[in-house]
Amino acid sequence: MSQNIIELREVSKSIHGHDVLYNINLEVRNGEFLTLLGPSGCGKTTLLRLISGFEQPTTGKIFINGKDVAGLAPHLRHAHTVFQSYALFPHMNVVENVAFGLRCQKLPKKEIDERVAEVLKIVKLEKYALRKPEQLSGGQQQRVAIARAVVNRPLVLLLDEPLSSLDYRLRKTMQIELKQLQRKLGITFIFVTHDQEEALSMSDRVVVMQEGYIEQIGTPRQVYEDPQNLAVAKFIGEANIFDSEIVGMDGKQITVMIQGKQRMVKSTRSFTVGQKVYLLVRPEDLRVWNAEEAGDTSDMLPGVVEEVIYKGTTVDLMVRLTNNKLVAATKFFDEDDDRLEYKIGEPVWTTWSPGWEVVLPHEE
Amino acid sequence: MKNENGLKYFSLSVIWIWLIIFALLPFLLVSIVSFLSHDENHLIRLPFTLAHYIDLNNAIYLKIFEKSFYLAGLCTIICLILGYPFAYAIARMENHFKSLFILLIIIPFWTSSLIRTYSMITILKPKGIINSVLLWLGIIDKPLALLYSDIAVVIGLIYNLLPFMVLPLLTNIERLDNRLLDAARDLGANRFTTFRKITLPLTMPGIISGSILVFLPAMTIFYIPDLLGGSKSILLGNLIQNQFLVTQNWPLGSAISIVFTLLLGFLLFIYWRTMRGKEHGNLI
Amino acid sequence: MKSKIMQYLPASLYLTLIYLFFYIPIIILIIYSFNKAQYSLLWHGFSLRWYEELFADTDLWIAVWHSLVLGFFAATAAMCIGSLAAVSLYRYAFKGRQLLYGMVFILILTPDIVMGISLLILFSFVKISLGFWSLLLAHITFCIPFVVVTVYSRMASFDEYIFEAAKDLGANDVLIFRRIIIPLLWPAMLAGWLLSFTLSVDDVIISYFVTGPGFEILPLKIYSMVRLGVKPEINALCSVTFVLTLLLVIISQVALRKKP
Repeated sequence: MSQNIIELREVSKSIHGHDVLYNINLEVRNGEFLTLLGPSGCGKTTLLRLISGFEQPTTGKIFINGKDVAGLAPHLRHAHTVFQSYALFPHMNVVENVAFGLRCQKLPKKEIDERVAEVLKIVKLEKYALRKPEQLSGGQQQRVAIARAVVNRPLVLLLDEPLSSLDYRLRKTMQIELKQLQRKLGITFIFVTHDQEEALSMSDRVVVMQEGYIEQIGTPRQVYEDPQNLAVAKFIGEANIFDSEIVGMDGKQITVMIQGKQRMVKSTRSFTVGQKVYLLVRPEDLRVWNAEEAGDTSDMLPGVVEEVIYKGTTVDLMVRLTNNKLVAATKFFDEDDDRLEYKIGEPVWTTWSPGWEVVLPHEE
Repeated sequence: MKNENGLKYFSLSVIWIWLIIFALLPFLLVSIVSFLSHDENHLIRLPFTLAHYIDLNNAIYLKIFEKSFYLAGLCTIICLILGYPFAYAIARMENHFKSLFILLIIIPFWTSSLIRTYSMITILKPKGIINSVLLWLGIIDKPLALLYSDIAVVIGLIYNLLPFMVLPLLTNIERLDNRLLDAARDLGANRFTTFRKITLPLTMPGIISGSILVFLPAMTIFYIPDLLGGSKSILLGNLIQNQFLVTQNWPLGSAISIVFTLLLGFLLFIYWRTMRGKEHGNLI
Repeated sequence: MKSKIMQYLPASLYLTLIYLFFYIPIIILIIYSFNKAQYSLLWHGFSLRWYEELFADTDLWIAVWHSLVLGFFAATAAMCIGSLAAVSLYRYAFKGRQLLYGMVFILILTPDIVMGISLLILFSFVKISLGFWSLLLAHITFCIPFVVVTVYSRMASFDEYIFEAAKDLGANDVLIFRRIIIPLLWPAMLAGWLLSFTLSVDDVIISYFVTGPGFEILPLKIYSMVRLGVKPEINALCSVTFVLTLLLVIISQVALRKKP
């Protein structure tokens, strides 16, 4: 058995002459929690529907468990779907919903009962076995939908934005439950979402998609800390982006010119002197000092506090730099630092530790 | 795989075949018949001719067309004026009352139109309720000739078709977001402005659906003019019916139907054009 | 409190007037069906005479029977064909879907009289003798679109993914139809059936053109009686049909409201 449970080779899809996916290559490892992340309309749901078999790729091949699944009906693919709206059968109770797939396979009644009971126990719904979907809460409906898919013992569970219709608190709880469930079942989850926080906190690997392309595949940490391009950086987390130019290269030490000031930055990529680049600095990495605190201001950027947003665990500052660019800085409450009060209009210096930035070349 | 699509093809062929044989084909036949000739011995015969369409240019027929459109239009406007406040009042009721009141409109809506027309005779006839009450009150000293007049036809049409106006209006007004009205009032619009600028445009789909549902049948329910209008009130419906079942001039009857259908189609086309892009017109 | 009454008074008064307009003629009809006198408007005492005459009229009963039979078969056929059509329209993508949808709507909007004459011409062309069969075919035709609309709108209220979910779990089309669609749609199908039945039993205009001498149905029988003038027997007949309609409306309302 191959290490990859699903492989997509040069898959593209157009719907009504509209190109939705371009040349997708993707390998899904057995047992991982993979998230397809992207804004709505980026093709992530279409990609999921290609895997589940509700749509056929225009070109390219899809392999599930080493087998080409072209033309294979959805239920024969060992990949079952949990729909965004759950799509529970409203006229059937929980047991009937869950047993539906097994009954379609015409399994013996005894086996059906056993498997249904087992799955209901896993999703903690034994007590609700005879309820109709409308008598269940959103979270419980969600668990029925998962149970209904899992009971067929798929190799892969496909989840299409399953948490989007839940409220914030329930979503947090369900994120943890889903993660635990995936570990318990030991099967591959492919999870579609547009919520980057959800993607980062749940996944083993994240596939960032934009306008029909895969922009980056990597662990949550990779895509957050080392985004491959500006699109990924902008989509995942907040980012301050500075225009800058390489003025010196000395091995790994790179000197850049930013708003008239020279700074040292670090990057594993290679650049040439004179090349225009973006510097990407996350708000939590941006330091803000006032005139007294700042020592050597030779590589700091001056600005004025424009807005102070108190958020409980953090304070967000919006600073207007002298070139009129607005940057965001997040300060965590720190017991050593009792000075968290900034006045609007206060002149400040902003900087960051060398190496905490990401240097990205301009894209053509 | 055969099983997979069998149901689809079965269902689609059944409905297509049915519609082609019993909707499309008959209409084509009417179109063809309207161009055929006619004599005493044959309902229809060759050669093809435009004579019946040219005949329609006759003042008698034009007058019937005109009168039908006029009476149907009058009936539609009165239904709208009567029905709008009525639907509005019901839509604004509390829920448990509302369903009862809606049921009370649905009952006449479902009651045989013929029977309701007949009940109008009892009301309108010289010794009927209206005349008796008016005489008793001393407002008139001899019975009014209400029955067998255009007025009776219009009253009969309104009586029959008012529910068709009220029901689409009701669904439309019910869907109207109350907060919009509050917002308009909050922004300083008075009741009249709120109605004109907010309520009226947002309930336009209901108004148009209701008007279509009243206007179309108003021109063709031939038994209402027949029972209430007497011999003077010949409307389009009666004219067509006469050509087919009395004078047996099928080509002429077909030609009248075709012209009538085209006129209606034109009206619906205008409606469709104005509604396109907006919310789907909820006709039924 | 007083101002509240003043606020609601115009609306209530208006509603009352319109409802009176709706119901007074029918109520008068019902009252006079119990009047002893034949021609007078004056009350001559309570009598069931007209009902007795009505029930003795065998022609009328034959017409009632004919209408019920016709309504039953027309409604049943329309329900089957219309439901299949609605399900296909909703579930499948196929060439001419818009066209089919458009035809259904045009069929609803087609004036009865145009449908009546066009079917008359069709039947005389293909030599179907006018009578039960021509009536049945005509009634099925004008009932189908109403079933389609009723069932379709019901279907559109479902989560569209339940069909995909069923497919994902291994159900084929026939199984989906039997286990998902029928159990979910039967209230709408029943409502469609009742609507069709009422339309069929009620129809005057189309039936007027496609009826034949051998098969008289109730609406046309009533029409011919009514044309001859006011008779207390017709009052009685109208009262009976009104009460029956009332029952049918209430049954159908219950069926429509009931959620699966």
